[in-house]
Amino acid sequence: MPSITRTFTTTVRRGRPDGHFNETFEVPARESQTVLDVVSWIQQNIDPTLSYRFSCRVGMCGSCAMMVNGMPRWTCRTQVKKVLRNDRLEVAPLRNLPVIKDLAVDMDPFFEKWIEAEGFHHPSRSREDPIEPVSPENPGRVVADAGIECINCSVCYAACDTVTGNRDFLGPAALQRAWTLLNDVRDAARPSILEAVSRSGGCHNCHSIASCTASCPIGLDPMAAIAGLKRETALSCFRKSG
Amino acid sequence: MLDLRLYVLQRISALVMVPFVLVHLGVIIVSAQGGLSATEILSRTQGSAMWFLFYSGFVVAVSIHAAIGVRVIAHEWSGLRGGALLLLTWTTGACLLGLGGWAVLAVTLGPS
Repeated sequence: MPSITRTFTTTVRRGRPDGHFNETFEVPARESQTVLDVVSWIQQNIDPTLSYRFSCRVGMCGSCAMMVNGMPRWTCRTQVKKVLRNDRLEVAPLRNLPVIKDLAVDMDPFFEKWIEAEGFHHPSRSREDPIEPVSPENPGRVVADAGIECINCSVCYAACDTVTGNRDFLGPAALQRAWTLLNDVRDAARPSILEAVSRSGGCHNCHSIASCTASCPIGLDPMAAIAGLKRETALSCFRKSG
Repeated sequence: MLDLRLYVLQRISALVMVPFVLVHLGVIIVSAQGGLSATEILSRTQGSAMWFLFYSGFVVAVSIHAAIGVRVIAHEWSGLRGGALLLLTWTTGACLLGLGGWAVLAVTLGPS
């Protein structure tokens, strides 16, 4: 065990839906320490009632996302030394989602919007049909591939100021999923997707602030996907009226 | 609070405003640089069908564009929605159209 020579102050926002408070902890500094390590240390050594969510700890599952010093991040992939400000760390539940308890948020509104945006596969063939070959060079496939690696962590949703101001807005992740499906040659619901993202909470509410793109932990570009949806819906509007 | 129809309307009105704004700025610069008095300006605009059509089009585009913009801001900053938001949108558009139309009539009606 390395000797503890230094500590830093961590403020954790705690509470339930009816109210919250900030609690401060002195946490020992370690080499290669992540923010998830800090939260786990507090839970294991100071207060076992601290609630938070995590699973894989290696940036695969996306379940440990929290606000770290005001920015949404995967806590398992965020090194403390890179985000410490004056030896202080602030950890809070993800923005734009209802709190269940402490650092655990209710993800239901986030996933409900995926469904609302038609962000699920609409098969064009049955299981009896042969598998449709899709060339990786197919232009639509290339566009879809650019956004297909999203793991639904909700970091972009928490970063989005438009979601904060407009609770009906579908958000970057759901719209990016709709965009990948729109460009997927195996998806059979192009008109439904265009209709779903054209409603009052749809892609046209995006102000192109790009917080989603700036904060995505795996470097996806939801803002470009939303721009693509705006372009396609506008073109389809003129085609209909033409 | 923006659906496809409002989005397209706002984009088209913005596109339409580009030449209007450029010409309007040019008119302001020429009038100011040329040292034209209010009477001299009015003598050029009154009775002019061209200036009437130009500024009428400008006012219509501004009314549509600004009403939709105010609608978005009101919803995101105050949470206004439903009938109240619809009323605000239409009131903003109608006020701008009324005030702008009044100004256009004031400077273009009269002896040529």
